[in-house]
Amino acid sequence: MDEVLFGTLLASTLRVSTPLILCALAGVLSERSGVIDLGLEGKMLLAAFAAGSAGALGGSLVLALGCALAVGVALSMVHGYACVSHRGDQVVLGMAITMTAAGLTVVLGIAWFHQGGQTPPLPDAVRLSPWFGAIGAAVEGVPLVGKTLAIGLFGHNLVVYGALALVGGVWWLLYRTRFGLRLRACGENPAMVDAAGVGVTRLRYSALGLNGLLCGLAGAYLVLAQNPSFVPHMTAGRGYMALAAMIFGKWNPVGALWACLLFGFLDAASIRLQGVVIPGLGAVPVQAIQALPYVLTVVLLAGFIGRAYAPAALGVPYVKER
Amino acid sequence: MSAPIELPRWADLVLLPAINLAVALLVAGLVVMLVGQDPAQVLALLVKGAFGSRVGVSYTLYYATTFVFTGLAVAVAFHGGLFNIGGEGQAMMGGLGAALAALALGEHLPAWAMLPLMVLAAALFGLAWAAVPGALQAWRGSHVVITTIMFNFMASALMAYLLVNVLKPPGTMTVESRSFAPSALMPGVHQVLEGLGIDWPRSPLNLSVFVAALALVGVQLYLWRLRAGYALRAVGHAPEAAHYAGIRPRAQIMAAMMLSGALAGLVGINEIAGVHGRLLLDFVAGAGFTGIAVSLIGRNHPVGILLASLLFGALYQGGAEIAFEIAGFSRDMVFTLQGLIVLFSGAMAQVAARPLSRLLQALAGRRAAGGPLASGAPHG
Repeated sequence: MDEVLFGTLLASTLRVSTPLILCALAGVLSERSGVIDLGLEGKMLLAAFAAGSAGALGGSLVLALGCALAVGVALSMVHGYACVSHRGDQVVLGMAITMTAAGLTVVLGIAWFHQGGQTPPLPDAVRLSPWFGAIGAAVEGVPLVGKTLAIGLFGHNLVVYGALALVGGVWWLLYRTRFGLRLRACGENPAMVDAAGVGVTRLRYSALGLNGLLCGLAGAYLVLAQNPSFVPHMTAGRGYMALAAMIFGKWNPVGALWACLLFGFLDAASIRLQGVVIPGLGAVPVQAIQALPYVLTVVLLAGFIGRAYAPAALGVPYVKER
Repeated sequence: MSAPIELPRWADLVLLPAINLAVALLVAGLVVMLVGQDPAQVLALLVKGAFGSRVGVSYTLYYATTFVFTGLAVAVAFHGGLFNIGGEGQAMMGGLGAALAALALGEHLPAWAMLPLMVLAAALFGLAWAAVPGALQAWRGSHVVITTIMFNFMASALMAYLLVNVLKPPGTMTVESRSFAPSALMPGVHQVLEGLGIDWPRSPLNLSVFVAALALVGVQLYLWRLRAGYALRAVGHAPEAAHYAGIRPRAQIMAAMMLSGALAGLVGINEIAGVHGRLLLDFVAGAGFTGIAVSLIGRNHPVGILLASLLFGALYQGGAEIAFEIAGFSRDMVFTLQGLIVLFSGAMAQVAARPLSRLLQALAGRRAAGGPLASGAPHG
């Protein structure tokens, strides 16, 4: 009995964490290059809408995924044009993207599909299918942990495993490649990068491009795997939670992964803990668990548990001296 | 690229914002066309809905009241060098404060004592909710943008908890508190006018509109006529110079955030005491974010904020009217436009500055070339 409970808890933690992980990685890439991204929420939402409407109209998984990625990158390029090329306020731009996306998706959804902003449910052919189900069936026989592993770890879709792999990928990119070194330097001391003859603008645009791809993938996951269709405001603050996770992970992809898993676990557990009475404490209010990620992030930012240092040049537009 | 862009003062204050606003409206018009509507018809309906009747004007002013509060909240923090994105949560807390005062004392106090007390409670709750991120910024260096976002989510979790577990009368299904006593309801403008013998249609417009007017004047006086306001602006504009001049930055950060939170908290008076008469879960409905757009277009100045609030009030009221008139037109078009305005008037505000400055110089050059002082053309 407990094996099944742990298994489902593990499975829902992974499912809930996946979009958080993808968005947090997107945030790590752009912020390590020195560009604040408060638009994660909006990029994810508009990409989810693109996946939902392209999937419903075109009936193809590749098309839906492609549209979501394209929308994510397009929004990131707007981000770059306003903030990198024209030195606009990065915080304001993030708010602008999120506000525009929240309105635009509903307007277009109602006009195109006449279902109160929802897209029609996607057929199975357009949805992401589970992977490694066979391994799960094989593992199930193992005593003690078999069932938990089978339910928890196997039979997810490709994006769930992809997100975990991408954590390693982004870590490798940032800490083991020349591009990554330059990108991190760009977020700490862009003048030095420029003096070394490397273009700051180009690097920041590249970081934003990758950021757009990851946000697009996160949005596509919401529609193609988690929910059967696009629903207005379906991101429901996940972009901001990913931002919190990125800060909680101290702008490091691996740290962000753990933070996302923690926040995802709290989300998955809050539904189960509703009404559960803990001895000595009484019933835990579900809202307290839901607010915990934000409380933890504030406490960390305040320096009460460790210290999170943002990249030194974060939010400062680079002005080339002539 | 590094040379600063020189624009004449009138172009910087009027022409450039007008161009940015026009671009945002143009893109919104394209979206309207994309969903198969006629922008001219939509605009006509919008203006008619917002200003075409006494009810319409009243609704416009009612929405504008809320936006004055949230817009001023963003502006005051901005003058202190801080970006307060937490208006949403601070407004929520303001409503909570007003509601707690009304639920506790509404039956025992007459309106003349109850209503000022509710205004005070709303301001204090908003102030307290903003003071924590302010203090964390001042003493621990935690960035106020991030902490205020986090405090928005905490505020909505706290509201949900209190409404579901504490304030909801047992046995009811809807998540809201019980109704306030009559003394805790801010009188509607139509009621007051009726008392004066003037017939005015019913609308949510209530006496909070005068609180908003007072707030506009008060902020103007505080920031530009008082020494305290000067200190706040000095810290926002040049923190190091201000520090050198003997102004304590920490005190000013606290002042800016607390004043900002108090202003945002007053939204609770307009919505909770003025319209709903009970505490609701989602009464702020994005007004805190609209405040960012209002403050950006109003260029963080009370006069500009008044005009921008009227613009957004008209958009909200007109948008609601259009949603009635045209099938398939969503009121979310207004939210889209709001986002586009933040995009073009905020984040991309300087994109048009360089071409505009070139154009103005070319025009000035042509005029100068015709006159006797041909060599006096502006430097390039």
